[in-house]
Amino acid sequence: MNILFDERLDGALPSVDREALIAHLQAELPQLKLLHREEDLRPFECDGLSAYRVLPMLVALPETLEQIASLLETCHAWGVPVVTRGAGTGLSGGALPLEKGLLLVMSRFSRILEVDPEAHIARVQPGVRNLAITEAAAPYGLYYAPDPSSQIACSIGGNVAENAGGVHCLKYGLTVHNVLAADVLTLEGEHITLGSEALDTPGFDLLALFTGSEGMLGVITEITVKLLPKPEVAKVLMASFDDVEKAGKAVGDIIAAGIIPGGLEMMDKLAIQAAEDFVKAGYPIDAEAILLCELDGVEADVHTDCETVRGVFEAAGATDIRLARDDAERATFWAGRKAAFPAVGRMAPDYYCMDGTIPRRELPHVLKSIAELSATHGLRVANVFHAGDGNMHPLILFDANAPGELALAEEVGGKILELCVEVGGSITGEHGVGREKINQMCAQFNPDEITVFHAVKAAFDPHGLLNPGKNIPTLARCAEFGAMHVHHGNLPHPELPRF
Amino acid sequence: MTHPQDQRPALASESLPAADHDASDALLDRVQQAARDNTPLRLVGGDSKGFYGRPVSGETLSLAEHTGIVHYDPVELVVTVRAGTRLTDLQQTLAEAGQQLAFEPPHFADTATVGGMVACGIAGPRRPWAGSVRDFVLGTRLITHDAKRLRFGGEVMKNVAGYDLSRLMVGAQGTLGVIDEVSFKVLPRPAASARLRLEMTRDAAMARLAEWGREPLPITGAAHDGETLHIRLEGGAGSVATTRERLGGEPDDTDFWRRLRELKLDFFSRRNDSRPLWRLSLPHRAPAVPLDGDELVDWAGAQRWWRSHMSAETIRQHAAHVGGHATRIDLDQPHGIEMPFTPLSPVLAKYHRRLKAELDPHGIFNPGRLYEGL
Repeated sequence: MNILFDERLDGALPSVDREALIAHLQAELPQLKLLHREEDLRPFECDGLSAYRVLPMLVALPETLEQIASLLETCHAWGVPVVTRGAGTGLSGGALPLEKGLLLVMSRFSRILEVDPEAHIARVQPGVRNLAITEAAAPYGLYYAPDPSSQIACSIGGNVAENAGGVHCLKYGLTVHNVLAADVLTLEGEHITLGSEALDTPGFDLLALFTGSEGMLGVITEITVKLLPKPEVAKVLMASFDDVEKAGKAVGDIIAAGIIPGGLEMMDKLAIQAAEDFVKAGYPIDAEAILLCELDGVEADVHTDCETVRGVFEAAGATDIRLARDDAERATFWAGRKAAFPAVGRMAPDYYCMDGTIPRRELPHVLKSIAELSATHGLRVANVFHAGDGNMHPLILFDANAPGELALAEEVGGKILELCVEVGGSITGEHGVGREKINQMCAQFNPDEITVFHAVKAAFDPHGLLNPGKNIPTLARCAEFGAMHVHHGNLPHPELPRF
Repeated sequence: MTHPQDQRPALASESLPAADHDASDALLDRVQQAARDNTPLRLVGGDSKGFYGRPVSGETLSLAEHTGIVHYDPVELVVTVRAGTRLTDLQQTLAEAGQQLAFEPPHFADTATVGGMVACGIAGPRRPWAGSVRDFVLGTRLITHDAKRLRFGGEVMKNVAGYDLSRLMVGAQGTLGVIDEVSFKVLPRPAASARLRLEMTRDAAMARLAEWGREPLPITGAAHDGETLHIRLEGGAGSVATTRERLGGEPDDTDFWRRLRELKLDFFSRRNDSRPLWRLSLPHRAPAVPLDGDELVDWAGAQRWWRSHMSAETIRQHAAHVGGHATRIDLDQPHGIEMPFTPLSPVLAKYHRRLKAELDPHGIFNPGRLYEGL
């Protein structure tokens, strides 16, 4: 399956005279850094989903708001598609360029404008790295809560565009819960502010609508985030299980005990072994699953909660329970989890990271089905799971140089996502739809729902120039690929051959 | 149309107080009829928050018969409820499982419904610490202008597929579609709580709150009534006890927070006070706003209630000057008032109108409830 933009299915894109556009932009915006030679465009041909590459028509690296507004006005007037890119770490191809499009790179907007410890806010430009916000807030005992694994490199603008998550979402929320305001430039070059430092604003909640909209509604130019006081103390328990199902049940039992852990992560055997090989975190390599449970807050409460969770683990049949003795050991426990993706990456030439969410009760069933898919397709799958919030990251191991394996990995991935939808979950918890999951959108949403998405898009971008082909599929695409959706195990038109 | 995600386990909870009555088909018929005839509809749940907006003329579309808790699984921390379900019924069910709606919604009347709560998007005193109504909305079923019943979001904590239509509905007061069903994230009730009162001036209280706010204290309520700082603590037994000792003060009236949430304190209901009531939503540490009148501070400074005779324009200017906005609230006007909300900037207003035109092209859903023409 080729997921690159296909005008037959994704809609025709306007063709503009590239040389005339370059000349126009150079004349209009002489200070603007504009890349157009092939060797300069090459570094921008993909984002974190590097299996897919397209050379953009042009790359712009603006440095001022005026430049962005002017660029957008030109693109609007000329009919040039615009793909906005932050740090390019996204895993769903949300910033995959278009041959006929301009790539708007926000990396030069990398200033932290203000950290206000009294107001508990930071005002930042969109190109600021996620972790840089927490680093800037640290001297005041504050931090920015959402922590995607790419936090060292990913930009806050991209986080807002994708509604990024991390390992602490159950307790501290996603990006949408931690952003107070965003300045946006519309495709028509108008400036609007969504949200505010006050806790509500009049009118529709456009900030919620823009968060996770994948650059389809406007260009984010400034963000105000909420900072939280750093918890007084954080402790991590690691429990080993000889059975994945027992581990899954223990997760529910912790919640049933009235505890909301700061982080609650599960890894299966393959992921444990990969991580242990890579970072020597002291993980039990014989275990079928481990749970990492972080409890944070005020010391007295954390101590009580640790005892409760230990009791839950014992009752659930954990074969080993360890409490990190100090912050150093806590960091070691987490290091294995945080490095799980690259660790798994060492076990095969390539891996494909999925991002489905499921109701937690479905975990045993879903893991069993993934194991079956893995066996029947001959591809190993390691499972890393934000167990607290039901967000799975199956990592499909394959070799892109082996004929047919990429397609096979995509097929397994697609089936896993459809499985997530079938059990009541979603095709993406935090990585976004981007280009990667554009076909699976047709499994999660019916044509009427997709039509409503198009209506929302039309309110902000009637000509479909902002990031076309991402996030929301066309009905034509769904007619082509949605028909393949297996509903309750029944193929539509089972009489037809399928390849 | 059935949905692939419609499969659900049987209800996890035994006795559900809310009558299980799915009126979706009747609602769809009404919307279809209204769309055909271009008849505006006035969407009503329990009619407990009619005062919060502009008057709507249209045929009443009552959601009150569309009731029931569709699905509740305490271990998943998710509940799915039909819009007409009474808020009290939902809260009772959650309480039986030791859980709650963390954003502490006000009722204003026993008839308040879940749909109305979401449509109005009003959160209670716990808002600055726990989050807003929209923060806890995971998914919705909506009835659209062309009488389709569609599903957005879902019953999982993390879901970034498609635009977030569910959260867009919060506070839109039914102007973009009919909220048919909502899924919420729910949370455990705190293990321990305490209520304190500390006699001090407003300025002293604000200084204290700024200081405490930088530490991870279990504060979930902070209001000042002109003479007294009221503090609520909620969390683990250990942290509540320690913090209570540290903050000092006296035990507070146990009903204070309910009366504050429901706007039932004397400040709100003074019969003899003819001065208009205003709600100012501001950055929590915005300086004191120089209005003539009386002030009651909630949300640790982020929500300030005023009784003032000053003109709407002046009050709104003062609020805007410090980065917020002002809402005129008249609890005695059950259908609302002409201009409750701060006007939108021209560009924002344009995109509001465009969004309304796309999602409700015939203008049948609560036309004019938020703003004229919207």
